Amino acid sequence: MQKASFFRIAMRTGAWMVLAFLLLPMLVVVPVSLTDHSYISLPGQGLSLAHYVNYFTNPRWLEATWQSVVIGVAVSALATLLGTAFAVGCWFLSDFWATVARWVLITPLLVPPVVQALGFYRFWVQLGLIDTLGGVILAHTLLALPYVTISVFAALANLDRRIPQAARSLGASVWTTVISVVVPAARPGMLAGALFAFIVSFDEIVAVLFLTVRNVQTLPKMIWQGIQDNIDPTIAAVATVLTLLTASIMVVVSLRRRN
Amino acid sequence: MAARAFADRHRYWLLILPALAAMLIFYVWPLIQIFAISFTEPTTGFGNYVELLSSRAIRTSFVITFRVAALTTVGCLLLGYVVAYAIYNTRARYVGLMLMLVLLPFWLSVLVRSFAWIVLLGRGGVVNDALIGLGLIDRPLALMHNEFGVLIAMVHVMLPYAVLPLMANMKGIDPSYVAAARGLGASELTAFRQVYLPQTLPGIFSAALLVFVISLGFYITPALLGGGRVLMISEYITYQIQEFLKWGLGTALSVALLVATAAVILAAARFVNLRKTLLERG
Repeated sequence: MQKASFFRIAMRTGAWMVLAFLLLPMLVVVPVSLTDHSYISLPGQGLSLAHYVNYFTNPRWLEATWQSVVIGVAVSALATLLGTAFAVGCWFLSDFWATVARWVLITPLLVPPVVQALGFYRFWVQLGLIDTLGGVILAHTLLALPYVTISVFAALANLDRRIPQAARSLGASVWTTVISVVVPAARPGMLAGALFAFIVSFDEIVAVLFLTVRNVQTLPKMIWQGIQDNIDPTIAAVATVLTLLTASIMVVVSLRRRN
Repeated sequence: MAARAFADRHRYWLLILPALAAMLIFYVWPLIQIFAISFTEPTTGFGNYVELLSSRAIRTSFVITFRVAALTTVGCLLLGYVVAYAIYNTRARYVGLMLMLVLLPFWLSVLVRSFAWIVLLGRGGVVNDALIGLGLIDRPLALMHNEFGVLIAMVHVMLPYAVLPLMANMKGIDPSYVAAARGLGASELTAFRQVYLPQTLPGIFSAALLVFVISLGFYITPALLGGGRVLMISEYITYQIQEFLKWGLGTALSVALLVATAAVILAAARFVNLRKTLLERG
């Protein structure tokens, strides 16, 4: 084929530079997390695991991590259940009102986080949900629903409408058709949606800042407070752990997809 | 038959209802309350909106918000275009790796990424330390707590939102058009400018809309990197509420921000397929 031209080389080099810009800040956190100083800095005399030890032994960090995981799992389950049922119903109907309903469900993607957090706060006060796990789970479920419905709907795009019709004309009820014909087709979208929902909840900070006081401490809230008060390298250790975790989940997901 | 179809429709609506009801009661209703509060607190009337329109600080904050969002969008489009182009068009090796590097920051917490930029750009940060260590500067440069720091981190945080729609668009472009232009004697640059680039306009518009809209309402990164000196509207709202308990003004600002966001989306509807960009993004 044709030789690599100047244009091509420039684009390719540019792309690698942009990717380096994307990766660089995440890489810098790693040596900082291993610093032997008690403040944010590159390692001086030698490497130290002290900040990892602090993260894994400090009850406040551990408790916050645990609460984030609990909230994330609950949100993932709830959002996947509600979002899948919603997407399946919309897929069957596929009319004007179903489309309107789909637009309503994706509004959290467009409304600024602070604005929706204010709305939650005022209503949650009336409902007595401030500073409760349930209150955070409810708010996060609403924020995660768009991701679940979009990915389930995308998975259903490949399902031939005549298959559930065939099931129906062979005598299956609507529910049987949904459970044994439509849901299996939606499964890849449900898995992606469940993962999305967990991550949305696990990373969410703005609603948590408005809705919680002392009872509920999530991991993002600990990081946020740590950055505001005094940045100590434990945050770098936590950031490194989260980056490694995210990267390994990505590798697992992409390997699964390849198989 | 018609009766059965009718009964079926009811059952489909039963599937839709739980999520839709939850959304209307716990999400849409609170937003309507925000709207109401802006007209009733502290007193009934348009007082909050009068203050909003007459305050110099608020006008400055809106200008900063739109400027940061616009510059972030331009930066993300330029950088994102190069990456998406390289992934689909240069037969670069390691395309899989490139994709991973685009997606990793997308999945990684915004808070963690903003923290990373604080580590890099702070007064005693890695960049300043390195520059002083090399003897290039005597005193630390002010790399954050200003618009520069906010912009760099914002571009970093928003870049995946630009790359993904661009990639979706470029994936569907038939390479034979550019090949035909080249065959007819166009230089590579001309073929790109006159044949390829116009075909990617839908992707560019989608990416611009997503990045701009999300940037307008962004809170975390400007709050952390701006250090209270780059007050975008979202941060201005939290100040009004948390420091001064001025719910009326805070909610009026929220309504203004929502209206601005909606106006941008409606204006974009002329150039962007909203359905594809927002409702069906994969």
